[in-house]
Amino acid sequence: MPGIGIAVIGIIIFALGYLYYSKFIAKHIYRLDPNFRTPAHQFNDGIDFVPTKKSIVWAHHFTSIAGAAPILGPAIAVYWGWLPAFIWVVLGTVFAAGVHDFGALVLSVRNKGRSIGTLAERLIGRRAKMLFLFIILILVLMVNAVFAWVIANLFVTFPASVLSIFIQIPLAVIIGIYFLRRGKGLLFPSLLALIVMYGTAALASGIPALQIDLVSYFGGENATVAFGIDAVSIAFLIWIVILMAYVYIASTLPVWKLLQPRDYINAHQLIIGLGILYLGLLVTNPEVTAPVTRSVDDVSWFPLLFITIACGAISGFHSLVSSGTTSKQLNKESDARLVGYGGSIGEGILAIISIVAVVTLFSTQEEFLSTYSSFTTANEIGLNNFIEGAAQLATGLFIPEAIAQTIVAVVVISFAATTLDTAVRLMRYIISEIATEYKAYALTKKHVATAIAVGSSMTLVLMPGDERGFGAGGYLLWPLFGTSNQLLAGIALLLITIWLRRQGRNFLVTFIPMVFLLAMTLLAMFSQVWFEWAWYGSDSNFLLFTLGAIILIFAVWICLEAYLLFKNDKTKALEDDDR
Amino acid sequence: MGFKDQLSRALAFYDEVLRLPHRSEIKRELRDEDDIFYLLSFSEMLGIPNPVSYYTLELYPEMVEEFHDWHLRMGMEKSPIDGIRCC
Repeated sequence: MPGIGIAVIGIIIFALGYLYYSKFIAKHIYRLDPNFRTPAHQFNDGIDFVPTKKSIVWAHHFTSIAGAAPILGPAIAVYWGWLPAFIWVVLGTVFAAGVHDFGALVLSVRNKGRSIGTLAERLIGRRAKMLFLFIILILVLMVNAVFAWVIANLFVTFPASVLSIFIQIPLAVIIGIYFLRRGKGLLFPSLLALIVMYGTAALASGIPALQIDLVSYFGGENATVAFGIDAVSIAFLIWIVILMAYVYIASTLPVWKLLQPRDYINAHQLIIGLGILYLGLLVTNPEVTAPVTRSVDDVSWFPLLFITIACGAISGFHSLVSSGTTSKQLNKESDARLVGYGGSIGEGILAIISIVAVVTLFSTQEEFLSTYSSFTTANEIGLNNFIEGAAQLATGLFIPEAIAQTIVAVVVISFAATTLDTAVRLMRYIISEIATEYKAYALTKKHVATAIAVGSSMTLVLMPGDERGFGAGGYLLWPLFGTSNQLLAGIALLLITIWLRRQGRNFLVTFIPMVFLLAMTLLAMFSQVWFEWAWYGSDSNFLLFTLGAIILIFAVWICLEAYLLFKNDKTKALEDDDR
Repeated sequence: MGFKDQLSRALAFYDEVLRLPHRSEIKRELRDEDDIFYLLSFSEMLGIPNPVSYYTLELYPEMVEEFHDWHLRMGMEKSPIDGIRCC
């Protein structure tokens, strides 16, 4: 089957989902009212609450939610063959992610632009707020650990990309300070920054002296550096320490100095990257060599597939973006359909190209099977395969493969680094908030909270390991990231369901995805915690057991809260929605 | 509409997407600075002794509009000043 076929079928289903299903939901379930006065108009302060054109809100929302996660998840999940991953991405986007993102946006608009966390507190009480905070804490902790590991891994594998990434930091700061002070446009300076970055990447891929390759500095892969630790492990350790020092600084700076200008550069990268990959796919028209489905001995696809692909099918993180920022910028309530549902479709399109890039990379099926030899290996090499596959697609546009590989690595690392910055900053806020709740005011200070966030993330990424030393265990955390993300989505769907039920509308559109997600999370965590990571399990690991058990407890907690809410119908705490 | 117009419109749209969050962030920073200035001027309203409040009160008519937004942000539903009131 040609790779174009997968992409075309996926996009057609997305289009049908948007045209018909989202229209049905907008009209009959969420009942959008174009005359409803949105929070952007009610509380217009020119800062947070700003009525904005829907196309601009959509673009902004899409660039906020799309990152490295919808690329990484599918690149791992093709281990079970391309069809399960493809079906989950397509159906998950249409029936779960769409209603989730769209619903979180509408619910927030109907409640003065409040965030999902605040709504949970109003609906269920302080208990729900703490549950919510702890789940986000676990989620961002996983994000920090996984993405620090991902970036370190890519720095070790693609040393030509390091220089470009480091050049991006001063370029972003210059754009943030110099150009805005003069009130000039951001478009050309940020495009110029991108050209400088890609130029550097092209040069570095041809000139070994420009490649910051720590492994070769220490004498190659087989060299032992110190205390019996080999060069690769030492390289990992050094990169992770450098990254953590960097995120400490980046997350304590004001956002307009570094984080935001970097987001502009990344917005270009997202659009250019998607354009190049889809055009390359059209020109090269590669054949799919991966198997359609595959039976494996080590890890069953059910239920692990549904937590391996979180972003790209459904992601709880989107509800935070929808309800925290986007809902305050919506000009009309009817715009929520394009922004919420359309934003998740955009993410789905990114996940589809990730699947296509990986399943068309190999020349034969045997090569695919030997590369994806086990689930652990799939976790480890998924992203590298995406980068190689994407580079192969880009060759269709006459970009040399070595240069394309470096540029794709730069794109993925940029996304991951921005996610890391944001997640550490978010973790800092949450630590402060939890500390305020428990009256531990010493922990609310900026540097104390950031030190805890960075320290715990670094411990987590360095702790789980095997005989390969530092950094070998980072990929073990990916399923945990998926589960915590799905739990967050479960909470958002629960709140939307409660709201719909109170309105006397059909709540099955959100209730069914919620039950499905919580069931999959419970199943996956239960099987992994009890049969794999426990002290008597097949792959005993105390750290993963503890984290998995915590997530499992949270999942059960959400189910209980949902049951109690439905039983007692205690839903008067929400705002009236003017109907 | 010619190609040139379409291109310039596309670029303007793209630029607007990038500017939106940045503009609010700069405004937020400025608002925070303003809030500190108001706090220094009208700290007595929040129970912090202010030896020069007798003089800073003279500023009040000059900034009555902004003062209203400020006291709302500080969590006071109604203006704490009697006499000339903003709300």
